[in-house]
Amino acid sequence: MMTFDEMAVGQLLPPLQLPPIRRSTLALFAGASGDHNPIHIDLDFARSAGMPDVFAHGMLSMAWLGRLLTNWVPQQRLRSFEARFVSITHLQNAVTCTGLVVEKLEVDGERRIRVSIQSANQYGESKVLGEAVIAL
Amino acid sequence: MLDKSHIGRTWPSHSVLVEAGRLRFFAKAIGETSPVYIDEAAAKLAGYRSLPVPPTFLFSLELERPAPFEWLAFLGVDLARILHGEQRFVYHRPACAGDLLTFESRITDISDKKQGALEFITRETRVSNQAGEHVADLTSVIIQRNA
Repeated sequence: MMTFDEMAVGQLLPPLQLPPIRRSTLALFAGASGDHNPIHIDLDFARSAGMPDVFAHGMLSMAWLGRLLTNWVPQQRLRSFEARFVSITHLQNAVTCTGLVVEKLEVDGERRIRVSIQSANQYGESKVLGEAVIAL
Repeated sequence: MLDKSHIGRTWPSHSVLVEAGRLRFFAKAIGETSPVYIDEAAAKLAGYRSLPVPPTFLFSLELERPAPFEWLAFLGVDLARILHGEQRFVYHRPACAGDLLTFESRITDISDKKQGALEFITRETRVSNQAGEHVADLTSVIIQRNA
């Protein structure tokens, strides 16, 4: 892993490419995450709510962004992690998670970096925008 | 429109035992294959007491109560019209399988945009462990679509 001094603003994280989202992906995530909101797993419910189909949990995309981060640095170094769900992630979207070092800073005597992260589908549409602070 | 007098409202705390099996199931559901999140020995080698709770799983543990969406119903929110707007985690120390975590939640903001077409509910949750140590803070923003 890189040290604080070796780390440069503009440095890219190794991207994480996910397979296309299937209905079974969402069913499995609903069970495993404990988010049983039927809007993500029940087509009839989704239609009655005015949606054309079920759609992915925001927290599935955030969990993938978490993998992007912990593939890169040990989780113990993660100080904060936030996400804005800017548009709905649909079935058959193949999501890529990417990240970029945007700032080097020192907080409470600890050297940290701020990383800008996002998930986007295969058409380049941003789905989740976020940020993480990592201690080095 | 949601009643803004609910700002500041708290809910009774709830405590959840972190189970290794739940962590492995979550790892499977998100495609995580790193042994640190699956294999106890690998987790210990990485410096954890047991399998670590991955970065977003505290959100799931927060849902581990008998009626996880009851607080939204209490506020008058319609589950069919909500979206998860934002989620934030601030980490203070690791949580691992075997920990008993306590969640204390408070509504910190209710606001609206576009003449009430969108309403925003912000909830903050403090997480502590069985030793009373501060583990993390969670902030969730839920959006209700009224138009």
